[in-house]
Amino acid sequence: MRKIFEHEIQTLKDDILSLGSMVEQAILGSVDALKKRDIPRSQEIYDEDELINAKRFGIESSVMIAIATQQPMAHDLRLLASILDVAGELERMGDYAKGIAKINVIMGEQKLLKPLVDLPLMAEKTVDMLHRALTAFIEEDVDAAESIPAEDDVIDALYTQIYRVLITYVIDDPTAIERSNWLLWVAHNLERVGDRVTNICERTIFIATGEMEEVDSSVVINKNSL
Amino acid sequence: MTENTNPYAIEAADLNLYYGETLAVRDINMQIEKQKITAMIGPSGCGKSTVLRAFNRMNDLIPSAHATGSVLYHGKDIYDDDVDPVEVRRRIGMVFQKPNPFPKSIYDNVAWGAQINGYQGNMDDLVEKSLRGAALWCEVKDKLDKSGLSLSGGQQQRLCIARTIAVKPDIILMDEPASALDPIATLKIEDLMHELAKKFTIIVVTHNMQQAARVSDFTAFFNLGEDHAGILEEYDVTSEIFTNPTKKSTEDYITGRFG
Repeated sequence: MRKIFEHEIQTLKDDILSLGSMVEQAILGSVDALKKRDIPRSQEIYDEDELINAKRFGIESSVMIAIATQQPMAHDLRLLASILDVAGELERMGDYAKGIAKINVIMGEQKLLKPLVDLPLMAEKTVDMLHRALTAFIEEDVDAAESIPAEDDVIDALYTQIYRVLITYVIDDPTAIERSNWLLWVAHNLERVGDRVTNICERTIFIATGEMEEVDSSVVINKNSL
Repeated sequence: MTENTNPYAIEAADLNLYYGETLAVRDINMQIEKQKITAMIGPSGCGKSTVLRAFNRMNDLIPSAHATGSVLYHGKDIYDDDVDPVEVRRRIGMVFQKPNPFPKSIYDNVAWGAQINGYQGNMDDLVEKSLRGAALWCEVKDKLDKSGLSLSGGQQQRLCIARTIAVKPDIILMDEPASALDPIATLKIEDLMHELAKKFTIIVVTHNMQQAARVSDFTAFFNLGEDHAGILEEYDVTSEIFTNPTKKSTEDYITGRFG
C-alpha cells in the first residue's frame, strides 16, 4: 500500500543523511583547515555553505509537496514534521562550520595563539554524536536517542577546559585577547552543534512515541565558565 | 437523571446490533459529548452507519434489525417500550448522504416537519430562522416558492439541514453529508457544521478522513472484529487520533496502510 508515498519518505530520509554528511564534512574540515592555517580550504568551506542551504531548502520543498499531496497522518505526519525540523537544525550546524571557516580567513597572516589539540577533539566528538544521532533518527532508535544527549557533557567539559586555557594566555599577555577570542568562538560554535544534536534526538523520540519532551542532557552549568 | 449536569448528549452501553441472526455491531460503549462534533470513521461494512442509525432508531424501519443493550438519551433508554420512535427522531434528527428534499417548495420543505408536529408559532419566522441557521437564507430568500429540487446539490443538502433544525432537535446525525457534493459545497457544509455545533450535538459518519480531522472534536474509529462484526476500536479526541493513535489498526487505517 502507498508505494509512491513510501518511496518519497525513503528519498527524504536519504536526503537528510546526505545533508548530515555535508555538515559533518564542513565541521571537521573547518577545524582541520584552521589547525593547518589552510585559508583557501576555509574559503572553500565558507562558500560551500550555499550548497548546504540549498539542500535544506530542497528537503523543505519536498516535505511540503508530500504534505500537500499525500495528507500524511499520525506517524507519517510526525516524521515529515520532524524532517523539516532536523533539516533546519543541520543547516544551522552548517552555519557554525561556516563561522569557523570565516575565523580562519579573518585571521589572515596572524599565527594561532597555540597549537590546536582540544578543538579538533571537540570537533571529532560533536561529529561522532551527530552521526550517531542521525542514524538513530533514520532508524527511529529511541534507546540511542535517549542516551546520546548525555554525551554532550564531554563537549561542555572540553569547552570549559578550552576557555580556561585561553584565559591563562590572556592573563599572561593581554595583547593576545583577539587571537584568544577567535579560538573561543570556534569552541562556542562546536558547543552549539552539541546542543542541536540533542534537538535531533528529541525529534527521534517524538517520531517513535508521539511524546514531545526535552531530553535532559544532565548538564550542570559551571558558572565559572560563563 | 440530572439533565443539566450530564455532559453527554447520548450514551451507548453494551450496544449490540443485529440484522436477523447476524451480529452486525458488537458491544459498543461510547459517550457522545454535548455540543461537540463527533466523527465516526472506519472501513466499509464496519457498522458505523448502523450505529449512527441506532442513535435515533432509524434501524427500526428495517424489519430484521434489532438491538440489545441501551442507548441513553437524557438518561432514558430510547429503546424502552414506552418511548415513541417518532419523538426520538424529532429530537435526534438525521441528514443523509444524498440530499433528499421533498418535491415541494423551499418554504414547505422547511415548514413541513414543524407543521406535522403542530407548531403554533409564526411559521414565516421559523422558516427564515431555520434557513439562516443552515446558511441558505441569502441564496433562497427571493425564491421560497420554487421547488427544493431546483437547487444545486450543496444547496439541497443545506435545505435538508434547515428542515432538520426547524423541528428543534438536540442532536443532528449526519451520514456522509458531503460525499455527494463538490469540494466547495463540501467546505460550506463543514463550516456550517462548526456553526451548528454551537447549538446542537453533531455526530457525523464520513469516509473522508481529512474531513473528520477538519471538523470533529472527537473521532471514533470502527473496525471489523475477528467474527466480522463491527467494533469500536478506538475513540479519542480528534487531535490524538490523527497525530498519535494508540492502536496500530487505527494508525494503519488513517495512514492508508489498511488491508
